[in-house]
Amino acid sequence: MTTKSVARPAVAPLAASAQDSTSPVVEIRDLTVAYNENPVVWDVDLDVERGKVTAIVGPNGAGKSTMLKAVLGLVPIAAGHVRVFGSDLRSVRARVAYIPQRGTVDWDFPTDALDVVTMGRYGQIGWLRRPDKRDRQIALECLAKVGLSDFAKRQISQLSGGQQQRVFLARALAQEADLYLMDEPFAGVDAVTERTIVTLLHEVRNAGKTVVAVHHDLQSVPEYFDNVGLLNVKLIASGSVPDVFTEENLKLTYHNAGNAGLETSREMQPISNGSSTPAGAFLR
Amino acid sequence: MIAPALLGFDISWDATLRNVILGSLILGLMSGVLGSFSVLRRQSLIGDTLAHAALPGICLAFMLSGTRTNEWLLTGGLATGLVGIFVMMAISRWSQVKPETALGIVLSVFFGFGILLLTRIQHSNDAGQSGLDRFIFGQAATILPRDLVVMGIIAAISLSVVVLLFKELKVLSFDPDFAAAQGLRPGVTSSILAALIVGVVMMGLQTVGVVLMVSLLIAPAVAARQWTRSLSSMIVLSGAFGMLSGVLGAVSSSLGDRLPTGPMIVSVASVIVIISILAAPDRGILSRIQRRRDRARRMRDDLIQIDHQGRVIW
Repeated sequence: MTTKSVARPAVAPLAASAQDSTSPVVEIRDLTVAYNENPVVWDVDLDVERGKVTAIVGPNGAGKSTMLKAVLGLVPIAAGHVRVFGSDLRSVRARVAYIPQRGTVDWDFPTDALDVVTMGRYGQIGWLRRPDKRDRQIALECLAKVGLSDFAKRQISQLSGGQQQRVFLARALAQEADLYLMDEPFAGVDAVTERTIVTLLHEVRNAGKTVVAVHHDLQSVPEYFDNVGLLNVKLIASGSVPDVFTEENLKLTYHNAGNAGLETSREMQPISNGSSTPAGAFLR
Repeated sequence: MIAPALLGFDISWDATLRNVILGSLILGLMSGVLGSFSVLRRQSLIGDTLAHAALPGICLAFMLSGTRTNEWLLTGGLATGLVGIFVMMAISRWSQVKPETALGIVLSVFFGFGILLLTRIQHSNDAGQSGLDRFIFGQAATILPRDLVVMGIIAAISLSVVVLLFKELKVLSFDPDFAAAQGLRPGVTSSILAALIVGVVMMGLQTVGVVLMVSLLIAPAVAARQWTRSLSSMIVLSGAFGMLSGVLGAVSSSLGDRLPTGPMIVSVASVIVIISILAAPDRGILSRIQRRRDRARRMRDDLIQIDHQGRVIW
């Protein structure tokens, strides 16, 4: 795998942004999120660097997905604030693409792959208007990028788990965003899908865009990601993978994941992945 | 059986039957269209709670005003129906009780209270009492021309909203978090949809009744899902199934002597559902069995080939 290139791509200047290229794409300050007065994210400060692929890593229940949702404004924030591209999220939504966990939707919904990818255009299209030829064209191109051109008219219930994940990625690409927030994109996918997603993430980064992904598999972090944030309710450490992704920091992050410690939680990983496979995949 | 009734009877009978056909046609269409979203969003039981919780309101409206006009009775029904929904939301928000359990609690408590009031009314000596029980199982023959006007207006509004907000409703039903992240305001879309469903449930109380109204929301959509591969075709077919169930059920009930309409409509809808679950291509049970047989045959053929190469299989 040669994608772990040392040479960083030149950061493309982003139009319509008063920010300079070194300022963080996402600034999280003193962020606290609670469910029923129970803090799941506590006092987190995190900067996401522009033009990098950043992993958010931590044990189950560490608040990784919640933090992502807080950045997107999908869960109420108890304290602190988040700025995206230096502004309030609401004014820059069109530039932010979200890829939810595959298991959060009903894949038995009556629709085909192309239609789901076209949903990535809905934000730009705006209220009351319909997707036009150009939107379909963009959606088809994005399906091609994830290697699913032949599946455009396939019912989404008939796609494998990996193909469904790639449809979600294509939907985000169709948004033509500058920041991609992904929740467990590699959970329970096949090798082809994992390769496709990694290649695309690096392509997106090399085009000067920014990717943040909640990630579970510790072994692939150095190969796939430039930066990493270690989260266990509190932020343990964040920065470049060589600086931060150390055994000591990982022990701090996983210290209360049962008696398990680092090794066990790595072994437990395939089990939790397997359980997220939708039953629909077996009914074909 | 229907045709001679239309042709042979006197004017007043014809007008009643015409009202019944038109009313149940509109109701079935609306239930089918809006029910598709309820079913896909797995929220059809909220409609059930709303319908059941309307009964005490209908009775209270009658006891307080003494009128039997639908407008007053349904306003009362709407009020307690909405109270029921809010109580349900409050229970699941502030306690450990799960939402579907909260639905069940609210549904039965409100309906029980409604039956209590209804029994009181029927045992009182009030002259206008008779006929209130039509709201339990429905009585399509009581549809009046002015009811049709209201139903027509609600239907026109609902259909326009579904056409105009089709894309928003689709992404809301499939992936509300994604819709929110795109700034498509799923909360707004969802509230509009809820208002439309409240409208159609209220519209159906008189025809189908509080007990069985929900099946007119669920059954056509479930049947339509079996035959279709896109949301738009599912909605169209669901609307058609709803119309068919509504018209056949309501007409057959008005031809009999005070046959309640709800059970008749539900029976027709159930037949459509059973046929769809069994016989639909791709998703139907029969076609699945057929596919499994084909696979087994292919596998047997493969095994025989290996056998020809001299390997012992068994």
